[in-house]
Amino acid sequence: MAADPIWSWNLVGDVRQMWSYPFMVNAFRAGAIVAVVSAAVGWFVVLRRQTFAAHTVSVVAFPGAAGAVLLGVGALWGYFTACLAAALVIAALRGTGDGEESALTGTVQAFLLACGYLFTALYKGLLEGPQTILFGTFLGITATQVTVLLCVGAAVLAVLALIGRPLLFASADPRAAAGLGVPVRALSLVFLVLLGAAAAEASQITGTLLVFALMVIPAATAQTLTARPAASLPLAVVLALGATWAGLTAAYYSPYPLGFFVTSFAFAGYVLALGARALRAALPGRPVGEVAG
Amino acid sequence: MTKVMEPTARAAEAHLPVPRQMAEPVLELRDAAVRLDGRILWSGVNLTVGAGEFTAVLGPNGVGKSTLVKMVLGAMPNAAGEVRVLGARPGRAGHRIGYLPQRRSFDVSMRIRGIDVVRLGLDGDRWGVPLPLPGPRRRAARGRVAEVVELVGASAYAHRPVGECSGGEQQRLLIAQALVRRPRLLLLDEPLDSLDLSHQGGVAALIGRICHQEGVAVVMVAHDVNPILHHLDQVVYLAAGGSATGAPQDVITSETLTRLYGTPVEVLRASDGRLVVVGRPGSTGGGGHGG
Repeated sequence: MAADPIWSWNLVGDVRQMWSYPFMVNAFRAGAIVAVVSAAVGWFVVLRRQTFAAHTVSVVAFPGAAGAVLLGVGALWGYFTACLAAALVIAALRGTGDGEESALTGTVQAFLLACGYLFTALYKGLLEGPQTILFGTFLGITATQVTVLLCVGAAVLAVLALIGRPLLFASADPRAAAGLGVPVRALSLVFLVLLGAAAAEASQITGTLLVFALMVIPAATAQTLTARPAASLPLAVVLALGATWAGLTAAYYSPYPLGFFVTSFAFAGYVLALGARALRAALPGRPVGEVAG
Repeated sequence: MTKVMEPTARAAEAHLPVPRQMAEPVLELRDAAVRLDGRILWSGVNLTVGAGEFTAVLGPNGVGKSTLVKMVLGAMPNAAGEVRVLGARPGRAGHRIGYLPQRRSFDVSMRIRGIDVVRLGLDGDRWGVPLPLPGPRRRAARGRVAEVVELVGASAYAHRPVGECSGGEQQRLLIAQALVRRPRLLLLDEPLDSLDLSHQGGVAALIGRICHQEGVAVVMVAHDVNPILHHLDQVVYLAAGGSATGAPQDVITSETLTRLYGTPVEVLRASDGRLVVVGRPGSTGGGGHGG
């Protein structure tokens, strides 16, 4: 990297300086793709209250990536294979009931995390340390990686656009949706696969432990601010994109890690949104109390 | 106390100016039976529901009241007899049936508006994502949603997050969702169950109004007949051995229910007209409720 770049408050100059390095251009591109895909999928994760499933799928990326490096096939494969496999396993375990499998999922998740730790210990000369896989990096994102992220991301968004409305129905009101012939269970399976792909993408930027920074926080913030689906979904995407690019910039100009900045910016947005909602509720003229039905 | 009247439909016509029975019935069951896990739940059910008629399905817990609704929806085969829904076999008239499943509510974390829940009932099963472009179709959809929200009296809170609405408000919004496609038959599975007594009357009156003024045939599974008693045209009492169908005052009597269940059942009438069924726990009449 350049010898300690200095933030100048001349935004255009700063951006030009950052983007004069191909690795930074790749980082901004990858960050944008990942932010958009994670936020869109994450919006449904928050609505469906599947954050535990999302957490499990993303944590599994750690042993996946570490194992793939150990086998010499490249971390990229490890991320996608592990996340998609985890999504399918959760879908299979779900079966007919909901919420029953959390103890089992948690048990398997802990074991896989331990496996990941073993893999990194076995591979002594690991270029990407466990810290990178766990907490993310923006160094060394290759053009190939950006292309893969773009293709997978576009596929995820295309499927999400196709199933968007029935998925919203099945997420908000599964019984009525089933009554009108919406294939609720099939949608649940497809969505878990999308979740796996999105988590694999986000893991490569924020690290597997901080996937929530892009997948849950922006969506939760947007849904706190507005209950209109047509407004909160785009808002979540904008917030995720803002947090990612601001995080990349901060990480470039400071010695501290990317994952911390992305998560902190997203978290700050969430706290502000909660404050705004509390303020709005406290203002006169907007009744918050329940009216008799 | 009970005056024996001519069966079923005639009692209903008395307070309905429109002649409805000329057209074919909305729902017709002839000697219908249903089997669950190899066991016959109920059999020999005969029921004819015309447009604008309000029918309650009653009986003890576990007798298969909800199963009857599922059979009408086509989600459950009839083991015997014949079932016709809007002139077709069950499951063929899905878009002309409004269905309100049992015990449904949204908790506070559900951050979509009531109006979105209603809108999903209109086109939530369509693939793709609606583009926010103005057009006649979008205007028509919005108009229909606003109209049905007005009909159920939910305009004041339809734009609030649905999780923040009270149980009664949510139930009205869900009724709007079931009505938004202008169904000819509305199937309700214990819609008053989760409401407190003060809201039960309001929602029951709303359902009665939709039925008699909008001409929608209503079949409602009920645990307690009292909140809906004076809106009803007929009741179906289900039992393991058979069933009894007819006007409420004919069916909810000590003699009929004793014969149906083969055990002594007593129907008492309180001074305010509420019915209390004694002798068969968990059946109907809201023995536990005050009044």
